[in-house]
Amino acid sequence: MRLAETQEPHSAASTFQQLANTRMDFVRAGRLDKAVQRYRSAHGNLPGLPVVRLALLGSSTLGHLHAGVRVGALRHGVLVDVYENAFGMYRQEAADVSSGLHAFRPDVVCLALDAHHVAASGGEGRAEQVLADLRELWRAVKEMLGCVVVQQTVLPVHWPVMGNQESRLPQSPASVVESVNRLLRSEAEAQGVYLLTVDTWAAIDGLSRWFEPALWNRSKQEVHPRVSDLYGEQVGRILAALRGKSSKCLVLDLDNTLWGGVIGDDGMEGIVLGQGSAVGEAHVALQRYALQLSERGIILAVCSKNDEANALAPFADHLEMVLRRKHIACFVANWQDKATNLRYIAETLNIGLDSLVFVDDNPAERALVRRELPMVAVPELPEDPSGYVGTLAAAGYFEALEVTAEDRARAELYRSNAERENLRRSTTDMGGFLQALQMELTWSPFDSIGLKRIVQLMNKTNQFNLTTRRYTEAEVAAMLDDPSVLTLQLRLSDVYGDNGVIALLVGRLADSATLDMETWLMSCRVLGRNVEEATLNVLVEQARAMGCTRIVGTYRPTAKNGMVRDHYQRLGFAALGQQEDATRWELWLDSYASRDVPMTIKGGKTWTTHTCTAS
Amino acid sequence: MDNPHLYRELTEIFREVFDDDTLTLTPETTAADIDGWDSMAHIGLIVAIEERMGVKFNSAELESLHNVGQLAGVLEYKLESRQVKA
Repeated sequence: MRLAETQEPHSAASTFQQLANTRMDFVRAGRLDKAVQRYRSAHGNLPGLPVVRLALLGSSTLGHLHAGVRVGALRHGVLVDVYENAFGMYRQEAADVSSGLHAFRPDVVCLALDAHHVAASGGEGRAEQVLADLRELWRAVKEMLGCVVVQQTVLPVHWPVMGNQESRLPQSPASVVESVNRLLRSEAEAQGVYLLTVDTWAAIDGLSRWFEPALWNRSKQEVHPRVSDLYGEQVGRILAALRGKSSKCLVLDLDNTLWGGVIGDDGMEGIVLGQGSAVGEAHVALQRYALQLSERGIILAVCSKNDEANALAPFADHLEMVLRRKHIACFVANWQDKATNLRYIAETLNIGLDSLVFVDDNPAERALVRRELPMVAVPELPEDPSGYVGTLAAAGYFEALEVTAEDRARAELYRSNAERENLRRSTTDMGGFLQALQMELTWSPFDSIGLKRIVQLMNKTNQFNLTTRRYTEAEVAAMLDDPSVLTLQLRLSDVYGDNGVIALLVGRLADSATLDMETWLMSCRVLGRNVEEATLNVLVEQARAMGCTRIVGTYRPTAKNGMVRDHYQRLGFAALGQQEDATRWELWLDSYASRDVPMTIKGGKTWTTHTCTAS
Repeated sequence: MDNPHLYRELTEIFREVFDDDTLTLTPETTAADIDGWDSMAHIGLIVAIEERMGVKFNSAELESLHNVGQLAGVLEYKLESRQVKA
C-alpha cells in the first residue's frame, strides 16, 4: 500500500486495483481506502479509472459503508466519490434544490432504506404505500437530478409473529418487508430503476452476519460493518456495469473443466460427464450455467490444448454434452500457449482482452494467463468441480443491468461474426469478400424504443469512440425532440445475420451552418467493412438537409481509442488544430462527393430507399 | 500492561483502524489521545476487535469502557473464560 503511494499515477492505479482484488476484511479495506483517498487528494484522479459520483441516501447510519463501496468499485475499475445525506433527511434533501445533495450533482443515487424505516410497525396496505412513495421519489430524483437511481431492497430483519404461515398476516412487519421486496422486483424495470438486492446477498451469506440487533440499537447501523466489503462489492458491480465495465465472453478449457478426464487419452467413452457420477454431474452443471449465460448474451469460446478433431468430437457425439458446437462463437483447440490463443479469440470476436473471463482447472495455465495477460479475468477455481459454478457466479464478472433483445441475440451474432472472420481469412480478395457479404446499412434518428440500447452502447464503447462522451438516459431522451441536434443510429445486416445497432452519431448545430460532432462511435465488430465511409455519406446528406455547409469533428484521446486517432483524416477532413487535449477537424460539404461503398444504404424516418453503387 | 501479548494484538488492530503505524497504547490511553477516535470510529474499532479476536461485547460492557486499560480488562476476562469453557 505504501509502495503504491510513491508510484506514478499509471502504476499506482494498477497497484491499487490489484490490492483491491486481494482478499481482505473490512479493516484492511478501510486502510486501502484511506491510502487511495490520500493519493487522489495529492495527485488527482487515477488514469483509466472513471469517477462516479454516488449519493448514498437513507434514514439510518451509512457512513461505515463508504470505504467498502469505494474499494468494491475500485476492484471493478471505477473510482467513487460518496455523498451521504444529513441523518434522516434524505427526502428533504431530494426535494430541496439548495441542499447538499443537489450541490453534489450525483451521477447515481442509491436509496439504502432500512427495514425499520420501511416497516417498523407494519399495517394494512403499508407495502403498497411504500411503493407509491418510492415511485414518487424516484421520479423526483430522476427529474431534478438527472441521475441513475439504484434502489436497495429491504433487509428482512423483522421477526415473524406467525412463523411459517407469516404470509397469512399481511400487515405484520415481516410480511410488509417481503411484499415491498416482491413489489420492487416486479416494478424496477418498468420504472427504470436498478435494484441492489441486499436481501438476496444476506440470504446467501447469513442474515445474522449482516444484521445485529445490538449494533442497530447502539449505532443505527443496519448493515454490519463486517460485511461492508460485501455490500461495497455489490454496489461496485452495479457502478462498473453502468460504466460498461462488465465482461462479455466466457472462455472455457475442455479437459477436466467441461468434462472429467482427457479426451485425447481417455476417448469418448472414457471422459466423465453426466448422470451416475458426482464428478460427471458437476461438469454438466458448469455446462448448463455456461449455456444460461450464453442465452442472456454472454459469448462462449473454447481454448484448449488438444487436437481439434478430438476436442470437437464430444460436442458432436457425446449424449451428455449440454453445450454443442453451435453455442461456441470461437473454438480454438491447438498446441499453442493459451495467452496467444486468448489474444486470437479476442481479435476474432473483436472485443477487448479485458472482456474475457478464462476458466481453466489447471493452476499452471491460470498462472501463465495472469502473468501474460493481467487484464483477463481468471477465477481461482476450487479443486472439486462441484464448486466451479459457485466460484464463477460469485465473482460477478458478468453483472448486467438490462436484458435487451439484442443481448439475447448477441451470442448468435458473435458466432456468425466468427464465421465471417474465417471467410475473410480464407479469401485474399477484400473487395470480393465485402461484396459477398451483401451488407445493408439502415439508419434512423434516435428513437424512444431504442433508447436503452443507445445509452448502453454510448456508455460501454471504448475503442472506436472519438470523444468517449458518456450520457445518461435523460440526456439522450432530451435529444429526441431537439431540432438543433442531429442523431443517427445505424444497423448493419449481411448474409450471416443482423449485427444490430453498430454505430451512433450525435451532432449539434454550433452555428446555423456548422454541425459539431459530439459523438461518433462504432462497434469494432464491423471494422474493415467501409461502414465509416457509408456512415459519412449518410451524415453529409442529413447535415445538408439541416442547412449545414460544414461538419466539425473532434478526436479526444483516451487509453483505449488510439485506433481512431486518424479517423477524420482518413475520411478527408482537414486539420483545424489542437484544442486542449483534443484534435479538431473540418469538412466542407459543397465539395463532398458521396463515396462508393460496398453496401446498400436504407433509412430515414420516411424509409426512402436509395442504393449507393457498389465498388 | 500485565498482559503484553494482549496489548501487542490490540496495538496492531488500533494501528490498522486508525491508519497509524506509530500508534502506541497504555492502559491510560483514551479516545482524546488518538486522532480520529470519534464515536463512529469507536463502533468500527469495537467490531474490528470482535472480528479479529473472536469475542462479543454486550451492550452493558461497552457502556463501561472509558480507556484502553478497561478494554483490555474486559477482553482478558472474556479470553480466559473462553479457555476455561474450552
